[in-house]
Amino acid sequence: MSKLSSKKVKGMKKDITRRNFLKLLGGGAVATAAVMTGCKPKTASKAVEEYKQQVEPPVGKMTYRTNPNNQDKVSILGYGMMRLPSKTENKDDFDQDMINRQVDYAIEHGVNYFDTSPVYCQGKSEACTGIALKKHDRKKVFIATKLSNFHPDTQSREASIAMYKNSLEQLQTDYIDYYLLHAVGGAMFEFEKRYVENGMMDYLMKEREAGRIRNLGFSFHGKKEVFDEILATHEKYHWDFVQIELNYLDWDYADEISKSNVDASYLYAELQKKGIPAVVMEPLLGGRLANLPNYLAAELKSHAPERSVASWAFRYAGTPEGVLTVLSGMTYMEHLKDNLLSYCPLVPLNKQEQEYLHKKVADRIVGLENIPCNDCKYCMPCPYGIDIPAIFVHYNKCKNEGTLPRENVDAEYAKLRRNYLIGLDRAVPRLRQADHCISCGQCEPHCPQSIRIPRELRKISEFVENLRRSQEV
Amino acid sequence: MLRKIRITLATVMFIGITWLFVDFTGTAYHWFGWMPKLQFLEAVLALNVAVIIGLVVLTLVLGRIYCSVICPLGIMQDIFGWLGKKAKKNRYTFSKAHLWLRIIFFIAMFLAILLGMGTIVQLLAPYSAFGRIATNLLQPVWQAGNNVLASIAEHYDSYAFYHSNIWLKSGVSLIIAGVTLITLGVLAWRNGRTYCNTICPVGTLLGMLSRFSFLKIHFDTEKCRNCSLCTKNCKAACIDFKTHTVDYSRCVVCGDCIESCKFGALRYSIGTSRTSKTSETSQTSETCPTSEGRRSFLLASAMLTTAAIAQKKEKMMDGGLAEIADKVAPERQTPLTPPGSRSRANLEQRCTGCQLCISQCPNEVLRPSSDLMHLMMPEMSYERGYCRPECNRCSQVCPAGAIQPIAAEDKASTQIGHAVWIKKNCVILTDGVECGNCASRCPVGAIEMVPSDPNDDESPYVPAVNEARCIGCGACEYLCPARPHSAIYVEGHEMHKEI
Repeated sequence: MSKLSSKKVKGMKKDITRRNFLKLLGGGAVATAAVMTGCKPKTASKAVEEYKQQVEPPVGKMTYRTNPNNQDKVSILGYGMMRLPSKTENKDDFDQDMINRQVDYAIEHGVNYFDTSPVYCQGKSEACTGIALKKHDRKKVFIATKLSNFHPDTQSREASIAMYKNSLEQLQTDYIDYYLLHAVGGAMFEFEKRYVENGMMDYLMKEREAGRIRNLGFSFHGKKEVFDEILATHEKYHWDFVQIELNYLDWDYADEISKSNVDASYLYAELQKKGIPAVVMEPLLGGRLANLPNYLAAELKSHAPERSVASWAFRYAGTPEGVLTVLSGMTYMEHLKDNLLSYCPLVPLNKQEQEYLHKKVADRIVGLENIPCNDCKYCMPCPYGIDIPAIFVHYNKCKNEGTLPRENVDAEYAKLRRNYLIGLDRAVPRLRQADHCISCGQCEPHCPQSIRIPRELRKISEFVENLRRSQEV
Repeated sequence: MLRKIRITLATVMFIGITWLFVDFTGTAYHWFGWMPKLQFLEAVLALNVAVIIGLVVLTLVLGRIYCSVICPLGIMQDIFGWLGKKAKKNRYTFSKAHLWLRIIFFIAMFLAILLGMGTIVQLLAPYSAFGRIATNLLQPVWQAGNNVLASIAEHYDSYAFYHSNIWLKSGVSLIIAGVTLITLGVLAWRNGRTYCNTICPVGTLLGMLSRFSFLKIHFDTEKCRNCSLCTKNCKAACIDFKTHTVDYSRCVVCGDCIESCKFGALRYSIGTSRTSKTSETSQTSETCPTSEGRRSFLLASAMLTTAAIAQKKEKMMDGGLAEIADKVAPERQTPLTPPGSRSRANLEQRCTGCQLCISQCPNEVLRPSSDLMHLMMPEMSYERGYCRPECNRCSQVCPAGAIQPIAAEDKASTQIGHAVWIKKNCVILTDGVECGNCASRCPVGAIEMVPSDPNDDESPYVPAVNEARCIGCGACEYLCPARPHSAIYVEGHEMHKEI
């Protein structure tokens, strides 16, 4: 496509309506037919270009943010390697070919930040990332990984160092651009135990001096006091960056979603005060903000019909200037393309648009009261085989769609009841459903959203038990 | 005309009963639930007087039409016979009745019922033989077809069909059903109603009545040209064209002979024989209660020795699903029988082994017994599900009164067994975790968690079963996290009781 025509198209696109869009689509079909028959009417080929414009992200348009510490030019879209695509035939096996293709495509479109961890994807993420990045110029990409020493066995100095060394090996590199203490914030003593008492902080700072860690930071999930306290150690440790949850729901409602979460507005402001760049995670809240109930999706679409629902969340997360990059765990090519469309280039939200998201959308999502599960799978595997996230996701889905069976007197009740139970059996095998949860609580400390998992599972299992007992007539 | 009516009725009955057997959703029951209740032997065992009188009168008026339109095994043989006839026309010949064999099988059946030899009753009973074929051989095929539709439905986000688990309930039952099908199929293909007129005790009994029936097949000797077509088309081998006689004890009033006669020499009309004799064979005497039998609740040491200790698995990485080992059925000292069966004795006395209850059980609890004397009788086990409080489907469908109708509310207060805790399997002690799933899922609140050391409130809490309140539904056993051997299992009771 020539640059001239693309500009033209952009001008035209401004006040496109849904009807015009459909026309374009129709035109696209005509054009395809025309190409196939060998003749190219001018208008038709233009329509093809316009259509392509809407679904194919452009090359060379990525927005970059500069890291004030070392002038790294980081793409506003960061690739989260936590939700890698698995093979269709075997869900435990990751599809390396697909990962390579998507990483290549991302890099081609300007993405240069890749975020992984030793525990992601059943421990296979780092290796997959290493393989995918192998053929690219190491100097041109930024690799982020974490010291994920959650398990007591990995908390000794030796084991933690081994984990760090293993990361280098898996990623096939001799330095890490962004190294994070993984998920701190639950309690101060935990931070002390995992990083201070075992001497890891000293070790990592030495590594930073040696240049094997270019930036040292932490990712935060948890309580405000702990955040304040860890940030207060800035003088001592010099945090190069901090990774926080930021999205239009968490901005003001984080504590509403979960009592032990902190509003992103507070976290971001604190980081700004200290001049620490923020890396954003969960811009979509684990996909929840891309998969809104129909009426909310329609609400967003009515304001920007040719933009995806998810694009609002990405533009929102990228808008604050202190944000270095926005991480997204893009499992599928269409996720990647859609996110690139939002960020090539980023058109920041203005004040009114931000207000709109806060007041018209976030308020109403909070009103839905679903279980704040992001399907991150940190809680998994449950030692007793429960598929925790699948149970929550199915429940939230029904809640969002308004298909949760409520009262036995509802006219729709019998149908909704049947659909819920069949849908649940499809999503989760019986042996992995909530009634098998024994409330041992081993999952709970792993949940970054601080969901009280056994309690929620109990509620769902009681709900399901009631459904089962109210016989179909 | 007679033949057409017969075929129409038989088709309705056959499709209805077959559907009832293969349907796992519980919908067919609402429409066809009455069909098994019409079955003669089952009605006798259930002491269903109205049906017995109805069938006796029907036979005395119309002849053995029961065997042609009500008995599904008879209809099934007709289908094979029809196929056999397609292969070779006019294939049957007249033969004499094997009177002694008929009497021997009839007496065998009679004695087997009296003596409680379930396996013999179940092998000889015609409707049950069909039921086993449908349950063991047809239902899995039906389910497989349904599952294809279910995956298509899932693809289109439709809830019209849902997945149904296909599992081997009993190898022995499957083999018996397969052998029955092949034997009867071959017999019917070649010789028509051999089984019905030699072995089937119901056929023998009805045959005694049909000799005196009001309406019968009659020869018009004026019109008959002795062409032999009637004999060659009689699947019951009961028409002797040479002597112009019909053995009415074997004639199942199918009407094929009337249709085959080119000269109109056969007609179904009022008989010359008297119909005044009423038979007393339908009187039943199967109310003899069996002795209490053993009533010991000895806990098998076998259960304890094979217990595998679950390893506490700690997570290192994110994601993935822990393996779940299949549960192994415990060897219950007293087998569990479904609520409504009242006692094991009642079930053994009445069950004809049609397995309709098994094909209907939505919770994968019922399966054919592994006991040699009652191979085809239902038995409960809880590795795949438990006897859910809202379900009473087996009690609704049983035609023989072996499982009698029981309301869901009554079921909640009917004790069919009691839970037993097996300490060494319990995850609280093997894995050192908090549990209590058995206590919290118990629908009647019969389990409480108590400190394992009565003097130490801080000691791990373990389940305590109140045997008096436990109804034996098996929720605890099924939902127990200990695998493959549950740490709590249900021991059956010989007699059910109200609590």
